[in-house]
Amino acid sequence: MKTHLNTLFVTTDGAYLCKDGQAVAVRIKKETRLRVPLHNLDGIVCFGRVGVSPQLMGECASQGVSISFLSSTGRFHAAVVGFSPGNVILRRQQYRLADDAVKSALAARCIILGKLANCRTLLLRAARETDEPVRADRLRKIADRLNANQIDVRTATTVERLRGLEGEAAASYFEAFNDLMIDVAGFTYTRRSRRPPLDPLNALLSFVYALLSHDARSACEGAGLDAAVGYLHEDRPGRPGMALDLMEEFRPCLADRLVFSLINRRQVHARDFEKVETGAVRMSDSTRKTVLVAYQERKQEVVTHPFLGEKMTFGQLLHIQARLMSRWIRGDLDAYPPYVWK
Amino acid sequence: MVYFEDDLLPISALQHLLFCERQCALIHLERLWADNLFTAQGNHLHQKAHSGNPDSRRGVRTTRGLDLHSLTLGLAGQADVIEWEPPAGSRKKGQTLAQAIKSAAPADRIHWRVTPVEYKRGQPKKNDCDRVQVCAQAICLEEMLGVTIPTAMLFYGQQRRRVDVPCDDALRERTRTAAQRLHEMIRSRKTPPAVYEKKCDSCSLKSLCLPTATSRTHSAMDYLQRMLQYSEGTLSE
Repeated sequence: MKTHLNTLFVTTDGAYLCKDGQAVAVRIKKETRLRVPLHNLDGIVCFGRVGVSPQLMGECASQGVSISFLSSTGRFHAAVVGFSPGNVILRRQQYRLADDAVKSALAARCIILGKLANCRTLLLRAARETDEPVRADRLRKIADRLNANQIDVRTATTVERLRGLEGEAAASYFEAFNDLMIDVAGFTYTRRSRRPPLDPLNALLSFVYALLSHDARSACEGAGLDAAVGYLHEDRPGRPGMALDLMEEFRPCLADRLVFSLINRRQVHARDFEKVETGAVRMSDSTRKTVLVAYQERKQEVVTHPFLGEKMTFGQLLHIQARLMSRWIRGDLDAYPPYVWK
Repeated sequence: MVYFEDDLLPISALQHLLFCERQCALIHLERLWADNLFTAQGNHLHQKAHSGNPDSRRGVRTTRGLDLHSLTLGLAGQADVIEWEPPAGSRKKGQTLAQAIKSAAPADRIHWRVTPVEYKRGQPKKNDCDRVQVCAQAICLEEMLGVTIPTAMLFYGQQRRRVDVPCDDALRERTRTAAQRLHEMIRSRKTPPAVYEKKCDSCSLKSLCLPTATSRTHSAMDYLQRMLQYSEGTLSE
């Protein structure tokens, strides 16, 4: 397996990346500021105005290092990935199952169950950690409601019904967001806004989800899956359905948890977010850096996979889940086992 | 049966097949690959064995990295090293050994000694997989050249020594059976289920195969059930 390596994030406007032997050279104003050996990387993520030489793209493609181009706010523009492993049999089976309503519903159900369980874990952890009984009570009540959703999901047999239940659960879950932030000025949850994010919390969430989806895409590619065809997410041109499917169970434990701890530990401040004329909110460069570092650190944390019983980092988990998905697709497993966070 | 060129499978797949049918399917059917220390060392050794110019020494010519195929086995691949030794006196006047070998007609080759040598990083294995691989190369050469190859060779990197591999009837039969089985499996498009064994721990594909998770004793459905019971139960604490 591709062991969990590092992602190189390039956030400096005007930076140019090129191949220097078996390394990436980061040039700023024609001066080489950094060299990173390619074998230490599993991905390169470029924010904003960053250039990459074709030679480097070719080398990255052949070594399985993906390059993503994101806007300075983290919206996905394009990716350079090599010739995919070409597991044509896996892909055909992936499509066949996507056309099979019963099998799609089975996968979607497992994905949502994993996500709901992880949302509940996040809420219950926060309830245990707070010393305000009223707040803890509210969090537990919402976790309770998710529990009820979870029970409905277990018996739902169509993808449409599952999507509906997931929507209901998400609405309850978002309601808890204000109780997940403890006395932090300027961060409040009103509603989820993405295009563009209209408040600092939404800006943070969107940014971290963009990072997560980059990793989920790479994990799909690495496992030979077609990142575009999912089971829970309907096909839509340009949308990475399978990557989004894989992301679901990780949103609470990798992304949301990270965002709330950054806010609660006051590592990010609402004043570091700028409102532009349209009402859209952008984060400052230094905040972006803080988030990237925290995200990388989170990915290095070691957990035990409850299904495999093996220790691995959070970053590896995504790759393992993509593999478990492909093993289910190929018929080696009787269901897709999501990562359940305790 | 004779195969078409389009249907030829890699000779090296025989070795994967004999090591583990699932590993073979993952590599050749699902096109998955992962390196570990052993495979990296193996690649390095093969690169070394393949590269370098042919040379002639004391009437023996050594060529490297030549392409082979057998339409009866349905296999194609490369030989690390092939040694060619026409009997003394079979060369025309003024002809180099290389020219003699290239220009020979099948009838001229009857008494030649042609020997494929396959390079392996470790040491001789208990099972037949290396012998089958080099025997398949010998069968390819017999078919392509019209020669008879009584003996092939394996070079083992750890002891830096060559071992003779007699291509007897039993080994040939085993090679043919393995090639047939390989074609059946690729045609079936089915990856055999995993069975966890000790040898899995040294397999570079372990984390792609997930042998402990996918062996039939391990149900994802049961796991999910357990996890949900746990999750749904955590409120009552």
